[in-house]
Amino acid sequence: MLPLSIATFHILLSLAVEDRHGYGIIQDVIARTGGSVRLSAGTLYRSIHRMLEQDLVLEVHERPAPEDDDERRRYYRITSFGEAVARAEARRLTDLVRLAAASGLAVEEA
Amino acid sequence: MRFYRALLRLYPRSFRQEYGVEMESIFRARRRESTGLAVGALWVEALADTLNNGLRVHWDHLMQDVRYSLRSLLHARGFAFTAIVVAALGTGATTTTFSVADHVLVRPLPFPESDRLVMVWQDQRARGYSRIELSIGNYLDLKDRNKSLAGLAAYTSNPVNLVGHGAPERLDASFVTPDLFGVLGVHAAHGRALIAADGEPGASGVALLSDALWRGMFGSDPGVLGRTIVLDGLPHVVVGVMPGGFEFPTRETDVWLAFRLAPDEDRANMFLRAVGRLAPGVTIEQARSDLSTIAAQLEREHPVANAETGATLHLLRDQVSPQARTLIVTLVAASLCLLLIACFNLANLLLARALVRQREVAIRLAMGVSWERLMRQLLTESLVLGVVGGALGVVLALIATPLVAQLVPTTLPIPDTPSVDLRVLAIAAIVVLGTAVGFGAVPAIRTTRHADTGSLREGTRTGTTRTTERWRSALVIAEVAATVVLLVSAGLLTRALWNVQGTDPGFRSDTVLTARTALPFPKYAPTEQRQQFYDRVLNDVRALPGVANAAYASFLPLVMRGGIWPVTLGGRGDPEVGTVSLRLVTPGYFDTMRIPLHRGRDVAAGDTMQGPLVAVVSDSFARRHWPDQDPIGRQFFVAFFERTVIGVAGDVRVRGLERDSEPQVYLPSRQVPDGALIFYAPKDLVVRANVPPTTLVPALRQIVAAADAEQPLSDVRLLSDIVAGDTAGRRAQLFVVLGFAVIAFVLAAFGLYGLLSFAVASQTRDIGVRMALGAPPRRILGMVMGRGLALSLTGLAIGAIIAAGTGRWLQSLLAGVDPVDPGVFGAAGLLVAAMTIGGASMPAFRAARIDPIDAIRTG
Repeated sequence: MLPLSIATFHILLSLAVEDRHGYGIIQDVIARTGGSVRLSAGTLYRSIHRMLEQDLVLEVHERPAPEDDDERRRYYRITSFGEAVARAEARRLTDLVRLAAASGLAVEEA
Repeated sequence: MRFYRALLRLYPRSFRQEYGVEMESIFRARRRESTGLAVGALWVEALADTLNNGLRVHWDHLMQDVRYSLRSLLHARGFAFTAIVVAALGTGATTTTFSVADHVLVRPLPFPESDRLVMVWQDQRARGYSRIELSIGNYLDLKDRNKSLAGLAAYTSNPVNLVGHGAPERLDASFVTPDLFGVLGVHAAHGRALIAADGEPGASGVALLSDALWRGMFGSDPGVLGRTIVLDGLPHVVVGVMPGGFEFPTRETDVWLAFRLAPDEDRANMFLRAVGRLAPGVTIEQARSDLSTIAAQLEREHPVANAETGATLHLLRDQVSPQARTLIVTLVAASLCLLLIACFNLANLLLARALVRQREVAIRLAMGVSWERLMRQLLTESLVLGVVGGALGVVLALIATPLVAQLVPTTLPIPDTPSVDLRVLAIAAIVVLGTAVGFGAVPAIRTTRHADTGSLREGTRTGTTRTTERWRSALVIAEVAATVVLLVSAGLLTRALWNVQGTDPGFRSDTVLTARTALPFPKYAPTEQRQQFYDRVLNDVRALPGVANAAYASFLPLVMRGGIWPVTLGGRGDPEVGTVSLRLVTPGYFDTMRIPLHRGRDVAAGDTMQGPLVAVVSDSFARRHWPDQDPIGRQFFVAFFERTVIGVAGDVRVRGLERDSEPQVYLPSRQVPDGALIFYAPKDLVVRANVPPTTLVPALRQIVAAADAEQPLSDVRLLSDIVAGDTAGRRAQLFVVLGFAVIAFVLAAFGLYGLLSFAVASQTRDIGVRMALGAPPRRILGMVMGRGLALSLTGLAIGAIIAAGTGRWLQSLLAGVDPVDPGVFGAAGLLVAAMTIGGASMPAFRAARIDPIDAIRTG
C-alpha cells in the first residue's frame, strides 16, 4: 500500500486527531500545511471511497458535538489499521530524510 | 450550481449518489468564500478536478469489477472456457476475412496518391476484348497526344537468363519505360531507379534489382551497385535496388530493365501494358473520353491495324476480377454469419448463467448494492470474456491469414500475404466490444431487473424463466438458421468445385513433368539454332528410361492464357475473321499432352521454312471456318504467312477451366523466320513419364546443361499441379467456408444441447410430477426430443429461405450449379437432423431417467 498518495496521507493525518466530515478534512489540511495542500472535492471523495474499501477509514454515525453537526454531513474515523499504515508511511518518510541527511542533503530544521 | 451538478454526472452514478450532495455543499461553501476573478478560477478548478477524478473513479470501478469478474469466472471454469472459445472463433474468423478484404479491396495501393493511378488498355469490344494490351505505335501516340495524363509508362515482362553468378538462373524481368518510377512515385532503396537516358537507343545496359533478388542472390551486398551482370548474354550494370514491398507489375519481378521502344513497330502486335497518372484536376471520365478521341484519330490513320480499336482506362485499384471480389465478399459474409452464431451462443451462455446467478444477484441487491453497480459488474464480466476471447481470436487470425493468401489476386501489385495492422485490430476490437456489450447487456438487464426478493425464496420459479427461455429458443433458432446458410453455401461451392474439376481441360495431365528453358535473344534468334537445342534436349530426354514422349511448346495451357494472333482467311489484306491462341510446337506435342488428333497428322521434323507452311488447328477453329467440310488442305493467313491445315486436334482450355478460350492454331517450331515471333519461341518442355515424373528432374538438368551450359532450367512442375492450381482460389475459398460451416454446426449443436439441458434441469419437478401421474419415460423422451426438433425445424426453414437468396447471389461462383440444388439442400437438412439428434438426445435421456419421487421431494 506504501507509498501512500499525498491526499491519502493527509486525510489520515487529519483524521488521526479527530473524526471529521469531508469539508472539515479539506480545511484542516489547508490549515496544517499553511495552504500549500488544497484537496479538491473530487480528489477527497475519490480517496475516501478507496480508503473505505481498504479499511483505512470508516464512516461513523454518532455525531461529535451537537453544535458542530450538520444533517447532510458524514463523518469519517481512522481505523487502527489506518493508524498503522499512517505510522508506517511516516517511518518510511523519516528514513528517507535520514538517508538524505547522510548524503549531505539535510534540510535545516525550521 | 446547476453547472456543477451537471459536472458531477461525469462520475459513476453510485459514486454520485454517495457523495454528490456533500461535494455540492463543499462547492457552495467555496463559492461563498470567493469573489471576483477567484470565481472564474474556482470554475476552472472544478472542471479540471471533475474530469480528472471522474475518470479515475471510473477506472477504479472498472478494475474492481474486473477483479470481481475474474474471481467469479474462476469459480465457473467450464462456462468461462466455453465462452472464451466461442468468442475467439467468432473474432478470429472475422478478423481473418476482414484483413484479406481490407488488403485486397480497401487499402490504398502502396504508391503516393495511388487513387490517381490508371491502367490504359486498347478496347476491341467488337472482337470480344475490352482490355487488351497496347501496340508500341499506339502507346507512343496515346502518350504524346493525350492532355489528361501527367505521365504514361509502358512495361512488358519477359524472363531473362542470368549467367556468371553461380549456376545459370532464370529471372523474371520487367522491361519498362524509365518514366515508370516517376509515374508510380517510387524511388530506389539503394542507388537509383531508371532514368530517361537509360531508355535512349544505344545507351549501355543497366539493371535495377528487386529487394528479394538483392537479399537472396546477392546476399544484401551493398557493393553490388556498379557491378556488371550478364543477362541473356548482354552486360548490364546494376544501378540500384528497389525497396522491399515494391511489387510492380508483379510479385515475381526480380529485375527491371530499360525498355527501348522502336517506334515503327507493327500496330497489330499488342503486348505493352501501360500505367498512367491522371493529371491534376482531371477526372477519370475526362481522361477516358480524351483517350477515346485519340483512339478514333488513330483508327482513321491506321484503318487496318487499328480497325475497331478504342482506348480506355481503369483505376489501378480496380484490377480485381469481379469473381475475386465476389469470392472475398462471400468470405466476409460467411465470417459475419459465424460471428453472429458465436454471439448468439455467447448470449445463450450468459442467459443460462444469469438464471443460475439470479439468487446471488437478488442477495446483493437486497444488501443495498445499486442496480447500476450490478449492471456494470455483469457487463464487465462479459467484457472480460470478450477481451480474452478476442485476444485469442486475433492470435488465431494471425495464424490463419497466411493460409488464405491464395485468395489475394495476382493482378494487384501488393504482397500476397495480408498484414494484420492497426486498422484490422481496431475492427477486431470493435467486434469484441460490440459482442461483449451488445450480447452481455440483455442477460444483464434480465438478471438485475427480475431479481426481486421473490427469487430469494428457495425453489420458486417466477415468470422470468419462461420469457428468458423464449429468448434462448429464439437464439438457438437463429443459430440453426445461420448454420443452414453456411452449410448450403459450402455445399453449393463444393458442387461447383466438382463441376470445374470435372471439366476436361483437353489434355491429360497425369504423369507429365513440365520445365522451362527460356532461350535468350539475340543468341538464339536464328530459328535453326533454337531447333538444334530442342532436338538435342528432346532426343536425350526421350532416351531416358521411363520417358514415354517429350516435346517443346511456346507456352503451357492454363499458365499462359494470352498469346493470341489475328487470323485472315483470304489474302494478306483481307479483313480479320477472329483471333486464335497461337502456339509453336515440336513434333510429339499432341502425343505427350494426349491432345487427341481427330484428323490429319502431327507437325513433323520435315516441316521447315523450305517446305509448304502448315498448321494444326483445333476442332473449334475448323468448325468456325469450314463447318461441315473437310478442313484438311484448307488455307488461312496467320503470323505473316499463309498456312495449310494438315491436322485437326481436340480443343484445349487455354484460358482456364472456367473460361472460354480462343480456337487454337499450332505451327511447326521450324516454320518461323529468323528473329520473328520471339515471344512465341518454344520455351516449355513437357515430358510424359511412366515412372514417377519428379525422379527425372536430375537427369533433365544434366541434359539441359549438356546442351547449353549457360542455360537455366526453371519452373519445374507437374502438369497435374498446374491444373490443380487453376482451382486453387476456389479450393481455398471452399476450405474457409467449409471450416466456418463446421464450426457453426458444432456451435449450434452446443446451443441446442445447452438450452435443452437447462430446460430439463429447471423442470425436473414438473417432469417428476408428470411421471408420478403415469407418463411413461418414452413420452418424456419424446417431449424433449420434440422440443429440440421443433427448434431445429424452424431454424431449418428460415435458414433454407435465406440460403436460397444467398445461392442466387453466389451464382457467378457456382459454375452452373443450380443455386437451389435439391441435393445440397437435402444434405443440409439431413445434417441439421443429425445435429438435432446429437444435441437433444442426452438431455432427453436424462429427462427420461428422472426419478419422480426424488424430483418431487427435492425439487
